[in-house]
Amino acid sequence: MLDERKPCLRGRGLTKVFGLGRSKTVAVDHVDFDFKEGEVISIVGESGSGKTTLAKMLLGLINPTEGEIYFQGKRRDISSNRKRKAYWKQIQAIFQDPFASYNIFNKIDSVLLDCINMIGGKRLPHEKKVEMMAEACGFVNLKYEELTNKYPFELSGGQQQRLMLARVFILKPKILVADEPTSMIDACSRATILDMLMQLRSEGGMTPIFITHDIGLAYYVSDTVYIMEKGRFVESGSADDVILKPQEPYTKRLISDVPKIYEEWDLSTV
Amino acid sequence: MKHTLRQVFESGKFVSGFAIFVAILLVVTIYPLLVPEPPLRIIGQGTFFEPGIYVNVYDSISAPHFTLNLDEAAERRIAGRLADRDRGAILTWLVGVGIPESEIDIANTEQLLDQWFSNFDPTVRIPGMTNADRNYYIRLNSSIQGLLSTEDVIIAHANEETASLEAAGTIRPSAYVNVGQIPNVRILPLGTDNFGRDVLTELVKATAVSLKIGFVAGIIATTIGLILGLVSGYVGGFVDDVLMFITNMFIVIPSFVLLILISFSISQEQRGAVTIAVVIGFTSWVWTARAVRSQVISLRNRDHVNLSKLSGHSIAHIIFRDILPYIASYVVMALILQISSAILAEAGLSILGLGPKTTEVPTLGLMMNWAMIYQAHILGKWWAYLPVIIVIALIAFSMNLMNTGLDQVFNPALRE
Ligand SMILES: Nc1ncnc2c1ncn2[C@@H]1O[C@H](COP(=O)(O)OP(=O)(O)OP(=O)(O)O)[C@@H](O)[C@H]1O
Ligand SMILES: [Mg+2]
Repeated sequence: MLDERKPCLRGRGLTKVFGLGRSKTVAVDHVDFDFKEGEVISIVGESGSGKTTLAKMLLGLINPTEGEIYFQGKRRDISSNRKRKAYWKQIQAIFQDPFASYNIFNKIDSVLLDCINMIGGKRLPHEKKVEMMAEACGFVNLKYEELTNKYPFELSGGQQQRLMLARVFILKPKILVADEPTSMIDACSRATILDMLMQLRSEGGMTPIFITHDIGLAYYVSDTVYIMEKGRFVESGSADDVILKPQEPYTKRLISDVPKIYEEWDLSTV
Repeated sequence: MKHTLRQVFESGKFVSGFAIFVAILLVVTIYPLLVPEPPLRIIGQGTFFEPGIYVNVYDSISAPHFTLNLDEAAERRIAGRLADRDRGAILTWLVGVGIPESEIDIANTEQLLDQWFSNFDPTVRIPGMTNADRNYYIRLNSSIQGLLSTEDVIIAHANEETASLEAAGTIRPSAYVNVGQIPNVRILPLGTDNFGRDVLTELVKATAVSLKIGFVAGIIATTIGLILGLVSGYVGGFVDDVLMFITNMFIVIPSFVLLILISFSISQEQRGAVTIAVVIGFTSWVWTARAVRSQVISLRNRDHVNLSKLSGHSIAHIIFRDILPYIASYVVMALILQISSAILAEAGLSILGLGPKTTEVPTLGLMMNWAMIYQAHILGKWWAYLPVIIVIALIAFSMNLMNTGLDQVFNPALRE
């Protein structure tokens, strides 16, 4: 049934090597993947396994050392500024560290206004823009009136992460790469955030790609799970197959590292 | 914009630095209006006149005289006239004619004068004494005699026809003039330099010229360095390789050597202050370019830049809005260093005789150079160099204060 879905992102032999000679790090090592439109994908791995590096390659923010990326069935072409901009209308991100994600010189309004411009709303009357920003903030439980004229660093980490989600709400991309989207959020709000993401998925037809070190979270949200170890995908498949019947010792270790109480909560909510 | 400006002026450090700098600028602009005199006009015949108030003697004679009977006048006159140098000279003479040194106390004016009068004889020649020394002793003797005398001094002028002297008036030791009634009084707050030029007037002009050289050179160097650093750091790849190749070439050839060669190839006539500034600017951008480049490289992969890309911004927008503000205070810092090093580079060139031509305007470097060549520091003529050093230090200090203050504003995360 999954195979009937349209292809969304496909990678073949994707590799990223940082540095040269003795100091070289193979961050991502010949990974292959097939992401289908509409499915929820998780990439799980421990710290330093190359998840963020892979995400940046998917986003076209860094160039792969080797390998190909196919977007919607065709070879991805982001060689010119115009093509890149078009690509970024379709794929967006939530970065891992919200504190480093915003330009500290720009106010929050400008973050959201940029998104409105991006979707072609540059000419809209000011009131309409404010309305759109207020709606986006409301969607992520933030109050626009309290945020306007503030700087991003004046918000808490969780608020910053939700603001990032408000961007996505305005942009409505086809694909969202969410790198630890809930790292700054307490367990309670975590479920809310995930619900919001799922809502964006069902309403906007967005394909979310979760990047996380938390296999419990991956099991909770995803259809397909990729397990990443030292830059390689060691195991992949449907969430049930991979997590309930793990083959690799690495996967087993990741599962056994999940705190028991959380696991129980996790399994009960499925 | 208005908001940022207000914040800038709320920073105490910036305001202090700004106040000093504005004060310097004000002095530099207002002083020439009050004293519209060519800064390089030679007014003093002789070198290194001490700072002070110079009262015209000729005018003092014809000005109304007032009698003030002050007891301490005579005492002061002698003590004041007998400078340490004169006392030392008297000691040398007395020792020369055979008086044991232990019997002489140069601090005791009365005893010293007694010994002097009983031993001085203009015809005696002390071994090792030059003619100039002898004339000096004769002058010293007569001036001491004159000081001691309570007689009036007669003013005479020569009769044009008979060439004989005719008394025109007398001046009593108790005669005073009111300085306010003397038409020609010249205040030289910083004395004169080795050429007999008013140091203050010269210093004000030199500050203006040096600031101009500093700004022109600093802005040229910073602009070139900033543009090359930004492009090379952000664009990377082949462009970076080419630009860094050029930069490294400039590093291999020390910029000062280049500066000397270029200055040398421009004839002295054409070396105005601005030309020198441009030459300094075009040879000193290397450091800024490299520093900016490494800053940009560390910034270009930050997530806020990535987010800006994902928001569809152009390269220019990213460079100007997402990178430049982060390095702005750094660039201002570099500009400040460039300005002060340009002022020093000009001084270095001036010492080698490759500075701006010396006939038009003074610069702080030229003033230091003149003071050094004429040994002001050895002769103890502090007014010829100390004020120059203080001005250079004040300029650098005020700019650094402003930079620290700006840093807090440019970088909102540093704000309290
Ligand atoms: N710009 C870079 N230059 C050099 N090495 C890098 C760079 N970025 C990442 N690496 C290296 O690549 C490897 C993978 O890093 P990456 O950030 O992708 O890990 P991660 O899986 O996202 O880890 P975490 O869960 O801690 O975020 C690490 O060993 C890291 O040191
Ligand atoms: Mg990461």
